[in-house]
Amino acid sequence: MAHTAKRLSLEEGLFAGFLTALAFICLVIAGKAVDGVMAFHAGLGLLFSAIGVFLIFNSYFKRPADAVESGYNLGPIKFGAVAAVFWGIAGFLVGDIIAWQLTFPILNFDLEWTSFGRLRPLHTSAVIFAFGGNVLLATSFYVVQRTSHARLPGRVAPWFVILGYNAFIVIAGTGYLFGATQSKEYAEPEWYADLWLTIVWVAYLLVFLATLWRRKEPHIYVANWFYLAFIVTIAMLHIGNNLSIPVSIFGIKSYQVFSGVQDAMVQWWYGHNAVGFFLTAGFLAIMYYFIPKRAERPVYSYRLSIVHFWALIFIYIWAGPHHLHYTALPDWAQTLGMTFSVILWMPSWGGMINGLMTLSGAWDKLRTDPVLRMMVVSVAFYGMSTFEGPLMSVKSVNSLSHYTDWTIGHVHSGALGWVGYISFGAIYCLIPWLWNRKSLYSTKLVEWHFWISTLGIVLYITSMWVSGIMQGLMWRAYDKLGFLEYSFIETVEAMHPFYMIRAIGGLLFVTGAVIMAYNIWMTIRAGEKAEQDAADPALVPAE
Amino acid sequence: MSLMNKHGILERHSMLLLVGILIVVAIGGMVEIIPLFYLKSTIEKVEGMRPYTPLELAGRNIYIREGCYLCHSQMIRPMRDEIERYGHYSLAAESMYDHPFQWGSKRTGPDLARVGNKYSDLWHVNHLTDPRSVVPESVMPGYPFLAKTDLKVPDISADLKVNRIVGVPYTDEQIANAKADMMAQANPDDDNVDDFLDRYTQTLGEEDREPTIRDFDGNPDRVTEMDALVAYLQMLGTLVDFSIYDDKADLR
Amino acid sequence: MSTYETLANFAQTWGLLYFVLIFAGVLVYTFWPTNKKRFDDAARMPLRED
Repeated sequence: MAHTAKRLSLEEGLFAGFLTALAFICLVIAGKAVDGVMAFHAGLGLLFSAIGVFLIFNSYFKRPADAVESGYNLGPIKFGAVAAVFWGIAGFLVGDIIAWQLTFPILNFDLEWTSFGRLRPLHTSAVIFAFGGNVLLATSFYVVQRTSHARLPGRVAPWFVILGYNAFIVIAGTGYLFGATQSKEYAEPEWYADLWLTIVWVAYLLVFLATLWRRKEPHIYVANWFYLAFIVTIAMLHIGNNLSIPVSIFGIKSYQVFSGVQDAMVQWWYGHNAVGFFLTAGFLAIMYYFIPKRAERPVYSYRLSIVHFWALIFIYIWAGPHHLHYTALPDWAQTLGMTFSVILWMPSWGGMINGLMTLSGAWDKLRTDPVLRMMVVSVAFYGMSTFEGPLMSVKSVNSLSHYTDWTIGHVHSGALGWVGYISFGAIYCLIPWLWNRKSLYSTKLVEWHFWISTLGIVLYITSMWVSGIMQGLMWRAYDKLGFLEYSFIETVEAMHPFYMIRAIGGLLFVTGAVIMAYNIWMTIRAGEKAEQDAADPALVPAE
Repeated sequence: MSLMNKHGILERHSMLLLVGILIVVAIGGMVEIIPLFYLKSTIEKVEGMRPYTPLELAGRNIYIREGCYLCHSQMIRPMRDEIERYGHYSLAAESMYDHPFQWGSKRTGPDLARVGNKYSDLWHVNHLTDPRSVVPESVMPGYPFLAKTDLKVPDISADLKVNRIVGVPYTDEQIANAKADMMAQANPDDDNVDDFLDRYTQTLGEEDREPTIRDFDGNPDRVTEMDALVAYLQMLGTLVDFSIYDDKADLR
Repeated sequence: MSTYETLANFAQTWGLLYFVLIFAGVLVYTFWPTNKKRFDDAARMPLRED
């Protein structure tokens, strides 16, 4: 190759310029901040932007003038996979801490930053957005490259997405501890964090789309459909639910544009579809790639996967109002939400059948491969919670279950069973592929992880069923004279033993995740090398 | 055919998919959300509703900051047991000035939509400082720091101004005097008490409805976060007078 | 007619039509005979060695 003068690419220049400008803005805001949290977060923003600029120039000075990007870009995926394990353990741990707080309230320590009200958003955001989000970013970057036979575009952009996203996590998480929240469940970060996430998310969409544009396969594999729906819809939901006006650009506080019943509807349109598109569509994409890959056979029915896709995204978006049954939301909206939630059962089970039946003719693999077993059990949990969900959306059932722990149990059968296990399965698959290892450090440890976590999940969801249904029944119980039988505090007292069981179940789940982290660490550090370099296959379209 | 020629088709496929997804997911939300801005039952005004006073708004922001909504709902459903336990079911109009809403989704503790005036200020102060001193079985965290922290809002006038932008009808005088009003409501001896009452008293028929002025935290020396939070809790659900409210008027 | 009735009537007629058409469209695309080969081929995409 002819000698060429080394030049900063346009992309590197633009990102460096953008981050420099951002650092300057953060500096100004930090200087004029009207509250301590904003000063701290602007300082963090300054630090992160400066690190970003440093990384761009560092890689520029290190690379040779004629460096050509080839093969797949695995760096950001490795970062995402490791970050997912780290945030996963942190998020599970905080979850278990707040479970113990509900059992023994003294564990709140009467301090601002350790009370349940501030740790609970930290738990939900850490598991959904930090753990789940990194799993989705990592797997989507992997799957879209593999099934398109194309490299992610750009030197900086994929790194900007994954590092920028994790910077958002740090800002959101520390904000909760210091009391920065807009109180919208699963959308608690304040306006400036929301703005930053919007920028990162647009970059994510562009990187994903541009990889699809570079593809050498004529067809877009169905997993990428699910990823695309997840990215696009989350963008729409995030913007719609976070419309707010800051009191001052130098402070954290903002007020929502909508109020009361309209705000409630927008919130649960967002909230339910965060489940539908973040925790379902995105992870179904993982199912549609990783289960066929691991089972070494094509998905049971590709046609079913197409019907599944359109039916799921079409119906899910309507189901939000079931979170507002018997509230001041008009009846027609509640009925609409309930109807679509019940219909949603069908595409959900279509997807479950498609995932499970992919194993047909290879069921024996479940005995020998605990990673595949984890993913299959995850699909079974998906089937279970997508049956329970429509049931709970029926108004008469909901009148009992709403406001109780039954909802918490339902969420966790989906979150621990479905999202957790499909993520663990995908991470167990990815780590050897990314680090070019023959296999995991220990299959035995995966077995341990599987059984300990499964026991934990069973304890968790059964205790929450009992405590939720019990509490709902106690609230509405009348004595012979026609008076309410129980005071509220008696129902709280009755839940104590079940809170204890739940906290123990959670501890088992955390333990399983720690075992996974050790296994992964040893795989990366001491695993046996595989023959072919995963990063550098020939990028040719298949026959 | 070379790959380059095919490229246009490939790009079009992905954009077609993108547009298809957008259309499909946009419609459900629009149909469920947009009518709520036009239907009578969701935009009705009910007599008695007024914007929060600056102190109540500051208290509400503490309620949000501490994540109270995670364990306490503010939405009473129209069922016999809930109405007997908590009071009249909640109306859409009762949260019309709530940016954002605080209906909640979980009752680890009881509903608070009508907790106002049910307990004394002293009970609230004791309960928030050490919940188990008044309710031995409670699992609520203690918030002893509230009574020790001076109420500090960078610029409460700006808070009211932003609320007005999003539709809360604060007057120019209310915005201009927000700081003084905030301090006056927590101190019956304050010089600005009369001006504060002028700005926030509503006349309903023959009757004047005044916001409550009290030293909510029982400490006359300073205005604390406890003052603000208790002021907010004590007004929750008290604005609408259900002895004269006509619940047949807004069935839809 | 009140706003509510207008909206309800619209939803019960055009809304239903919209659902049926979308569902029919997806089914037609899925079961269109010439698409079969493409889908069978696509199903094997994750398995191809690269």
